[in-house]
Amino acid sequence: MNIERIASISTLENIRDKARASSPENGKSEEQEAVLLCAGGGCIASGAYAFKEALQSALNSQGLADKVTIIETGCLGPCAQGPVCVIGRDKTYYQGLQPTDAEELVSSHLKGNQIVERLTWKGEGEKPVPVLADIEFFKRQTKIVLRNCGRIVPTSLQDYIAHDGYAGLAKALTSMTPEQVIDEVRISGLRGRGGAGFPTHIKWTFTRNSEDPQKYILCNADEGDPGAYMDRSVLEGDPHSIVEGMALGAYAIGSSKGYVYVRAEYPLAIERLQIAIDAARQAGLLGKRILDTDFCFDVEIRMGSGAFVCGEETALINSIEGKRGEPRPRPPFPAVKGLWQKPSCLNNVETFANIPAIIHRGGAWYAGMGTEKSKGTKVFALAGAINVSGLVEVPIGAKLREIIYDIGGGIKGGGVFKAAQMGGPSGGCIPAAHLDVGLDYETLQSLGAIMGSGGMIVMDEHSCMVDVARFFLEFTQDESCGKCVPCREGTKRMQAILTKICAGEASMEDLDLLEDLASTVKSTSLCGLGQTAPNPVLSTLMHFRDEYVEHITDRKCRAHVCPALVQFNINDNCTGCTLCARRCPVQAISGEKKEKHVIDQSLCIKCGACLLACKFEAVDKQ
Amino acid sequence: MTMDTNERTSTELEQLATLNAMLARTSREEGGLIPALQTAQNLFGYVPHFALEHISTSLRIPMATVYGVVTFYHFFSMQPRGKYTIRICLGTACYVLGAQAVLDAFREQLDLEVGGTTPDQLFTLEAGRCFGACGLAPVIMVNDVIHQRVRPEAVAGLIQHYREAEQHEGELV
Amino acid sequence: MNIELNGKIYEVEPGQTILEAARSHGVYIPTLCYHAKTGGVGKCRVCVVEVEGMRGIVTACTVQVGEDMKIVTESPSLRKHRKMVVDLLLSAGHHDCLSCAQCGNCELQDVAYSLGLTHPSFPQPERKPEDLSSEFLVFDETKCIQCGRCIQGDNCTVINDTLGFAYRGADTKVSFDHDLPIGSSSCVQCGECVQLCPTGALTDKKARGLGRNWELEKVNTTCPYCGVGCQMTLHVDRKQNRIVRVTGREDAFNEGMLCVKGRYGYDFPSSPKRLTHPMIRKNGVLEQVSWEEALDYTATRIKEIVDRDGPDVFSAFGSGRITNENNYAIQKFTRAVIGTNNVDHCART
Repeated sequence: MNIERIASISTLENIRDKARASSPENGKSEEQEAVLLCAGGGCIASGAYAFKEALQSALNSQGLADKVTIIETGCLGPCAQGPVCVIGRDKTYYQGLQPTDAEELVSSHLKGNQIVERLTWKGEGEKPVPVLADIEFFKRQTKIVLRNCGRIVPTSLQDYIAHDGYAGLAKALTSMTPEQVIDEVRISGLRGRGGAGFPTHIKWTFTRNSEDPQKYILCNADEGDPGAYMDRSVLEGDPHSIVEGMALGAYAIGSSKGYVYVRAEYPLAIERLQIAIDAARQAGLLGKRILDTDFCFDVEIRMGSGAFVCGEETALINSIEGKRGEPRPRPPFPAVKGLWQKPSCLNNVETFANIPAIIHRGGAWYAGMGTEKSKGTKVFALAGAINVSGLVEVPIGAKLREIIYDIGGGIKGGGVFKAAQMGGPSGGCIPAAHLDVGLDYETLQSLGAIMGSGGMIVMDEHSCMVDVARFFLEFTQDESCGKCVPCREGTKRMQAILTKICAGEASMEDLDLLEDLASTVKSTSLCGLGQTAPNPVLSTLMHFRDEYVEHITDRKCRAHVCPALVQFNINDNCTGCTLCARRCPVQAISGEKKEKHVIDQSLCIKCGACLLACKFEAVDKQ
Repeated sequence: MTMDTNERTSTELEQLATLNAMLARTSREEGGLIPALQTAQNLFGYVPHFALEHISTSLRIPMATVYGVVTFYHFFSMQPRGKYTIRICLGTACYVLGAQAVLDAFREQLDLEVGGTTPDQLFTLEAGRCFGACGLAPVIMVNDVIHQRVRPEAVAGLIQHYREAEQHEGELV
Repeated sequence: MNIELNGKIYEVEPGQTILEAARSHGVYIPTLCYHAKTGGVGKCRVCVVEVEGMRGIVTACTVQVGEDMKIVTESPSLRKHRKMVVDLLLSAGHHDCLSCAQCGNCELQDVAYSLGLTHPSFPQPERKPEDLSSEFLVFDETKCIQCGRCIQGDNCTVINDTLGFAYRGADTKVSFDHDLPIGSSSCVQCGECVQLCPTGALTDKKARGLGRNWELEKVNTTCPYCGVGCQMTLHVDRKQNRIVRVTGREDAFNEGMLCVKGRYGYDFPSSPKRLTHPMIRKNGVLEQVSWEEALDYTATRIKEIVDRDGPDVFSAFGSGRITNENNYAIQKFTRAVIGTNNVDHCART
């Protein structure tokens, strides 16, 4: 449906009221029912569209096609349980949906009002918890950034307006000066969600104070930290919030042009954002004289091309300019000389997603959440050895234990929590001893981790901390742009030493050299990538030094991860089925049929093929 | 630059015309180089040398600069890729859940190193960075399709699936 | 304005970087990627200093001085970091000082020496063959520290647009066009990159093995080729009476730039084909004659021709390879003695 040009607040309010009446959240009307099907990237990968097709044909065959509408929403959060959906009126949540479940869902629930228990969330003691609001995973969250994800049709401007979309922009343009907008953001206490936590209002003030007729507002959607995907979810699930957030930022700093830099790995996000931008432009919410004020603003998408370093603000600026994504020395800061040497202000997706809510509901409301120094909420991407992986949004200061055990449902397979890796390649690991710390910028930094973009990889005893550090250094080494020496050469050498440690070939002198290198790379690198690259090493050294020493002096990897320090042996369970011997790529296993086999350790390449092949649990990894 | 039209297939000429149309709307001042290279990469499946020269001349950007940009970003390839690009996510979540073993299985079974293409031009193997599907780890992407929770044991089946799809397609033609 | 540098107050110009301010007062801050002509780019991270009130340590080449700024350029931790960074650079290549053409004139060598580095701490990479494909330049990738001075000079000073960085991370390299051998690239071999290179990565091919830097006498002169009059320095081996190499003078108007002829066309002074005495062709054969005979013959012939056909059949050509005074005399003679304005010069550009 096209929206005509919205020229005033009253038109906007009219559209809002009309759209609210038919909001998918409430069902279309008394007689109409809606199924809110998650069409986030995760659920699509899990087969959401195949389920949708089956559901539609079940609706058709059971005569409900004109009563029930399937609505594709953005990400609901519990990505590992997908595909998931919510039934509009009674808010029943279903998960793990297969095309074969469609007929039953229609006949039982939609026709007969009978909940299909096997597809619901399972609470304590495998007890079904059908209603969304009762589920621990959702109940404990406070959604501001993700306020519309899973509730609205991402590409629908009406839906967004129905949920107070563009109300903040209308308020700002008609009743606030740019300074007042910045002041509201100051009161909210919002800090940059890209990682460093720099107060947003200070960045905006700097850019506002730079005198130049042309300024740019930039949105960093180059979400590169492995393990973090909240920006992707916002772009896919609520793209208008970014358009509105950027417009508010542009008004505040005095800019008329914005760029969103999205990584190429997110085609769906780019597609939906483009639809949102086009719709906003058509409705006059972007372009000349927005809402009949003097404010003019437009946005353009620029696609990344596969370089992690472009998440760094000055590298991102170079990339938009069509250059190699190498960072620039600061000062001059982008607020003074940024894109095309013009004052520029860059914030990330999550930061911008907060802005409309802050302006609409007031900074004081926002500041009511969080800790003294860190206000509001933060989205975390839970993944790894955890029962419910997915996106969760909690007030800043929430305890790690609450996120992992209460929301995330604890460690997979009842295992023991070892550490949470936070902040990706720039961050560090928080060990079990600190499960009860509140997650805010300062606390995390004191523990050697960072808030970062909010990736939280949960690890149990099957993760080797040296290997994790090596993994991250391999990443930064590969993603280093090569501009400055410590990052280009230093990360390479650090990775080499870590590889040596994992191979059991290092000495304690190597460990000293590693620490010296880490210190120089951290202190002397040009940009954030290099300055934070040693963090995974430093933090694992801080909390798990004994594992490093074990690798070096005892040639032991307690997690049985480092191949060179692992031995495969065949135990007495062996039935002599010969399968392992046949699977072994180097013929290291010998033995007569129906007799216990043996692995020749001098030939074994520790590929683990025997362990995978064995059906009798006769292969031990030690 | 003069194009040797005799040596190009009609498809290539069409692709080149599309690229030209794009280049005509692009300017160097507005940072047009990367969008131009992205267009070429999408059109040809890689950035052939003649496209590099063409972009360099049209946008009046020195070849050294164009080459510097094309080699900086991992999304650009100057070699033809296989019909299916298999990207194994080596993001943290996937890594801790065993993505390395999945990559090793592909390497072994396709007899390829990362970045390589099979002689039949069917598969290109790449290691990717987080696709933002961490809840489904380990994941791989075959062209634009995400496969979730891939185990090393499943690799042979996946390869077979695409080989068969290809054979089937061949039979239809 | 005033700044405090290692506890002493200095007066400096606003707008100067810390590095420029320190250098102007003779305070040494080591650096590898900075060159007065190419500016501070903050790549090598060797010029790190501590500035009171600024987070962490900063590069002196990129930060401008501020009123009453308190700067420390030497401390145990700065030295430690510098040493590690230079160690990483030494380890990343093969800087064979024994045989390197740049030995004694190498900024990396100087910095390593001043920091007391004796050998690289990390295993060195495989050697790569030198690029010998061009007439005048040699590029040894393993001695390149990616400071980017050559690229900056090529793109921003002489504007040839031949050089650029290619690839990324540890694979980053200086590339000629699309990573072509120099000889096949668009390089015009002006040698600006050689002049700017702080190590032995880019060197002059013709000078290889012909003399160490400290053995050669430096003679400043003007380029003889054209009217621009670039200032240059000849590096002369007195014993052999031979010019070994030529560099541009960076303190002159040409800022060190020379063209391929000026920088590499220096063989003529010692060419065996050069005339060393007057000769007259007699019966079709050139014969050595005395100066008196040669001058008399020339004067007689000029007089004959001008008397017969008028002064305008005469014209004189000066030369860039003789002095201004000589050229003055030539035109004076032509105008005043012969009576024609037919005067020209090879450097009439």
